[in-house]
Amino acid sequence: MIKERAYPGDWVRIHKVVLAAGARAPAVPEDTARVPLEMWVNGFCDHEAGMGQPVTIKTAAGRTLAGILVAIEPSYGHGFGRPVPELLAVAAGLRRRYRPGRGEHE
Amino acid sequence: MSDYQAVMSRKAQIIRDAVGIDYDRFRTGRMTFDYEGMMAQTGYGLEEIIAIQRASGVGGTPLLEMRNLTQLSRATAPAGHGARILVKDEAGNPSGSFKARRASVSVHHAKRHGYPGVLAATSGNYGAAVASQAAMQGLPCIIVQEVYDSRGVGQPEIIEKGRVCEAYGAEVVQLTVGPELFYVALKLLEETGYFNASLYTPFGIAGIETLGYEIGREVIERYGRAPDVVVVTHAGGGNVTGTARGLAKAGCTATVVVGASVDLRGLHMASDRDFNRKSFTTGHTGFGVPFATWPDRTDVPINAARPLRYLDRYVLVTQGDVFYTTEALAQLEGLERGPAGNTSLAAALALSRELPTGGILVVQETEYTGAGKHPSAQLTFARESGVTVQLGDPALNVPGKVISIPDSPGQIQVRDFDLGAVRRSYLRNAVNHFGLAQVSAGEIEFLTEETRADAQFVLGVLQELGVECPG
Repeated sequence: MIKERAYPGDWVRIHKVVLAAGARAPAVPEDTARVPLEMWVNGFCDHEAGMGQPVTIKTAAGRTLAGILVAIEPSYGHGFGRPVPELLAVAAGLRRRYRPGRGEHE
Repeated sequence: MSDYQAVMSRKAQIIRDAVGIDYDRFRTGRMTFDYEGMMAQTGYGLEEIIAIQRASGVGGTPLLEMRNLTQLSRATAPAGHGARILVKDEAGNPSGSFKARRASVSVHHAKRHGYPGVLAATSGNYGAAVASQAAMQGLPCIIVQEVYDSRGVGQPEIIEKGRVCEAYGAEVVQLTVGPELFYVALKLLEETGYFNASLYTPFGIAGIETLGYEIGREVIERYGRAPDVVVVTHAGGGNVTGTARGLAKAGCTATVVVGASVDLRGLHMASDRDFNRKSFTTGHTGFGVPFATWPDRTDVPINAARPLRYLDRYVLVTQGDVFYTTEALAQLEGLERGPAGNTSLAAALALSRELPTGGILVVQETEYTGAGKHPSAQLTFARESGVTVQLGDPALNVPGKVISIPDSPGQIQVRDFDLGAVRRSYLRNAVNHFGLAQVSAGEIEFLTEETRADAQFVLGVLQELGVECPG
């Protein structure tokens, strides 16, 4: 179930703009200078808030940090991707031509 | 003055407080400094570092002989060629990479000097290493990472590294692309009073010396002589510097130290657009070249990682070569590792062919693999980011556009990166940085050590650049 409101003690994710577009460091490439420097941090929610609302969190290091609530119980979302046919072909070729343990090849 | 400018103007003081080293006492002139003095006087000798690492479960990793990969290399080598390939399985360290060696000494130092916590600005394995060591020492930890592009799309490899830092109890501050990562880190150091567990302190680099030392000692003990070649994945320069120094301390002074990077030339590392068009977030030319041609671009005033002082040779491989090698390591040796840490192993498959069968070639690291940092995760991400993935000659690789995975091992070749050009570039940077119009004999000697070149070469380049040299 997707939660829309966070309550004190919930594990949440906040978002904050650190440097606005146009206020970036000198010498960053043009495509980077055009966009803001953004930040995300996870922590325990201090008080009740809805998604998109300002909230403060207590981080794992014990800091109190304010930002906009963007996720409640955020998940990582990364995985192993999809099978890669090219690598499957490499694996099959290696096993066919080079026989582990025998130290020789065809 | 903007907050950015204000914080950056306080950089020297913030770093002095957060690292606890007065670098000025090692400076001997406008440009020169006493490198060996700095390395020696930071308070930890090799034996002491071994003891610190032993107490935190770091080091002593197995040195494995790659019998099947050696055969694979010999099958594509001229007759009588194909050196024995050994791999130091650094994934066996507590946080799954050699970076635990660096972090163990930094966190020990922070604890000993009473810092209330540790901070590291890193998107790589070093974050996990600092978080793991901080967990062991009971210190709070903050890791600052560059993770996302402006669409909020993150590099899977870095998202995994953020996850593992949180698993070790660290606070992870995740940012979009840009060098202002450093500004955020400085602000946090000021706010918290934490120790800056920089990758580039003398004790961080000294932590890697044990890696070269263990390799040297074990090869001599097992085979009765020093390794012919040690291949090191080269990025920020610490791996090369620490390993080479450790090899020398083990008496392996004739061992050839080869740096290897993934060729990502053409991609801008601070570009929002290019950020997600690479499959490797470390071990590549985007770090390897700038850090060799000018090491002092870091979060400390004098970088202890000075790869140009130690590199005998610098070679490049492609992203496709490394994915192939990662697959071969799993399929033929039963070791699922990397992929970025296998950059040096990919180079080794080619370099082994240059040596006789009696030769010994050591690959000095592996790293853990997992969700996100895995060939299938990274190649899926590459495809989704518009990169073509194909089977074929790796010479067809185009960074950010095409990943061409070899279909036979003979296609893996290293491309030599001319160290003469790196040295030239270093000297040009020195001239520009310090505004050198003339140099003293002492400065020439320093530049000779910095570039590991002979005095004639240094003089020649300086004169070409219009610098007045002593007659």
